[in-house]
Amino acid sequence: MRLEPIANPTAARRLGLPVLAIAATMLIAMVLALIAGANPFAVLGQIARGALGSKLAILETLNRATPLIFTGLAVAVAFRAKLWNIGAEAQLYAGAILTVVLGTGALGAPLVLPLSALAAMLAGAALLLGPVLLKTRLGVDEVVTTLLLNFIMLLFVSYLLEGPMKDPLGMGWPKSPALIPEARLPRIVDGLRLHWGFALAILAAIVVWVIQTRTALGFEIRAVGQNPEAARFAGMPVNVVLIKTALLSGGLAALAGWSQVAGLKGHLSLDLSPGFGYTGIIVAMLALLHPLGVVVTAIFVAGIFVGSDAMSRAAGVPTYIADMLMATALLCMVLAILLTKFRVVRG
Amino acid sequence: MTEIIDILISASFWAAVIRIASPLILATMGELICERAGVLNLGIEGIMVIGAFTGWMAVYQGMPLWGGVAVAMLAGMLFGLLHSTLTVPFGLSQHVVGLGVTLFATAAASFAYRLMLPEVTSPPKIQPFQPLDIPVLSDLPWLGQALFSQTALTWAAFAVAGIVAFTLYRTPLGLAVRAVGENPAAVEAQGLSVTGLRMGAVMVGSGLMAVGGAFLTLSAFSSFFFEMVNGRGWICIALVVFGAWKPGKAVLGAILFAAFDALQIRLQQTSMGAVLPYQLFLALPFILSILALILMSRRAEVPAALMVPYNKGER
Repeated sequence: MRLEPIANPTAARRLGLPVLAIAATMLIAMVLALIAGANPFAVLGQIARGALGSKLAILETLNRATPLIFTGLAVAVAFRAKLWNIGAEAQLYAGAILTVVLGTGALGAPLVLPLSALAAMLAGAALLLGPVLLKTRLGVDEVVTTLLLNFIMLLFVSYLLEGPMKDPLGMGWPKSPALIPEARLPRIVDGLRLHWGFALAILAAIVVWVIQTRTALGFEIRAVGQNPEAARFAGMPVNVVLIKTALLSGGLAALAGWSQVAGLKGHLSLDLSPGFGYTGIIVAMLALLHPLGVVVTAIFVAGIFVGSDAMSRAAGVPTYIADMLMATALLCMVLAILLTKFRVVRG
Repeated sequence: MTEIIDILISASFWAAVIRIASPLILATMGELICERAGVLNLGIEGIMVIGAFTGWMAVYQGMPLWGGVAVAMLAGMLFGLLHSTLTVPFGLSQHVVGLGVTLFATAAASFAYRLMLPEVTSPPKIQPFQPLDIPVLSDLPWLGQALFSQTALTWAAFAVAGIVAFTLYRTPLGLAVRAVGENPAAVEAQGLSVTGLRMGAVMVGSGLMAVGGAFLTLSAFSSFFFEMVNGRGWICIALVVFGAWKPGKAVLGAILFAAFDALQIRLQQTSMGAVLPYQLFLALPFILSILALILMSRRAEVPAALMVPYNKGER
């Protein structure tokens, strides 16, 4: 078999195939439910109810979506330039660390929130700058370096929480001291458990969208991603574009850590992120790297995770079904996108 | 300083080095085969998890130890088939597919483990491979303990490295695999199937990665934990680069790397360990991997067609 480009893919092909990818994922969800000895339709229903079935469930889904919007944007921005940032997990923790450093009394009321956000972004950007410089200067593959940095960063956080950042009142539990109240993100509506981080995440998506569609940098990022040689030939400073992309991407991932600490947890601990950095890759790919699409897919992915937790308690199907579904969705989606542009021909 | 020398001359240290190197050698050989054929396999981390899980589960269900190894290998090849179907004939991004396979395989192992053992809190144990007693050699003073008190799976790891090196450099099949990673069009012109060679290489490589994972459950430890692979797959990718895509150098890299790993575990118990945080020692393997990548970046002989999909008839 070989692939033949399709000159003008029909709308049915461009829309139908991604829908088919989601349908295939649902089918696999049902097969997994059957394997687990549960009723597949009941399992799908319970996931949906667990994610959206009540006001509490919806708020939980949106809260879970917040860090995923940030990490999804971080990945979408980087992947658009074919910069493979798999280190959003580490950048998230870098942001969280700075949020705690500045938010536990070092800064006072009006400044602490914006400055901790800024510092977090700088930390995340700095963390990705290293791998990108290694890529542009020495040709070291950034996938491996950013992946390895995730492990180093988690060990560094573990060291901080048992050493210099240890909460003296933590009863031996490795966590940082709590943020001062002024450093916390307030709730959007009093009494509802949803913080401003969610609104800021949507704002970030809009900003990224504007950057990508309305600025020279956005044009350059796309050009470098599509064909770096052509971009270089056209006189584009490819390495500078990659570095700018990295700063933006690392900064966005760090905001996920900032919003988790300042908005939700109020302190830093080792379970701050159950892999939000990695899940961000799935969120970005499902959104076809579109920044506004990231908001939608982040809520969808968050819903699957929140819904699976609830379903697992009720139906006894392991919660890991959510991770399997997300990985399946990712693989089905990349295949579907390919098939919108190419036709499989025999011979 | 004397503490370090004491560690380096102890036989148990070298026994540990070879033990720690074994799964790295197996998985690094697997990745090396994939990359020599032109396919970067980032599924390695997840495939090692699947190997660790399926191998252990097969033995836990009553299969013999070598049966567990075979099951792990087959499971790895199955994931290799998934990876290579998407990356070779369809030519999808090897980065995205590889990460997808890692996420899927890791989740599948966790899902299956929880399904089969819903209630357990402490992971059940199996009877793992025991060190082989080799007549004469195992009884040698110092050397016997340092080099000749290993399990059969460790011997298999070194044998695999030899077979991979021999096949790649001394057989027509190895020549074809290397050529397909350098110049697939030329291979096609010879009447060989680029798709077949690449998919075969990825499947065999993935099988070896899974056996590397199975080493952890069947030889090193005797039970399965969720986090047990813990980045070893990514380290193996760095080892392939460090070894300049050559089996012999990659084995040396794995041994060097294992030596640092065995050293850091022992240093934690010395006066250094009392001063420095233990996390620094644990981070050492990852820091070393990054340093190795930087060190080798300038002289690495990357296969020319690595990560370049091949579409027949397209020029």
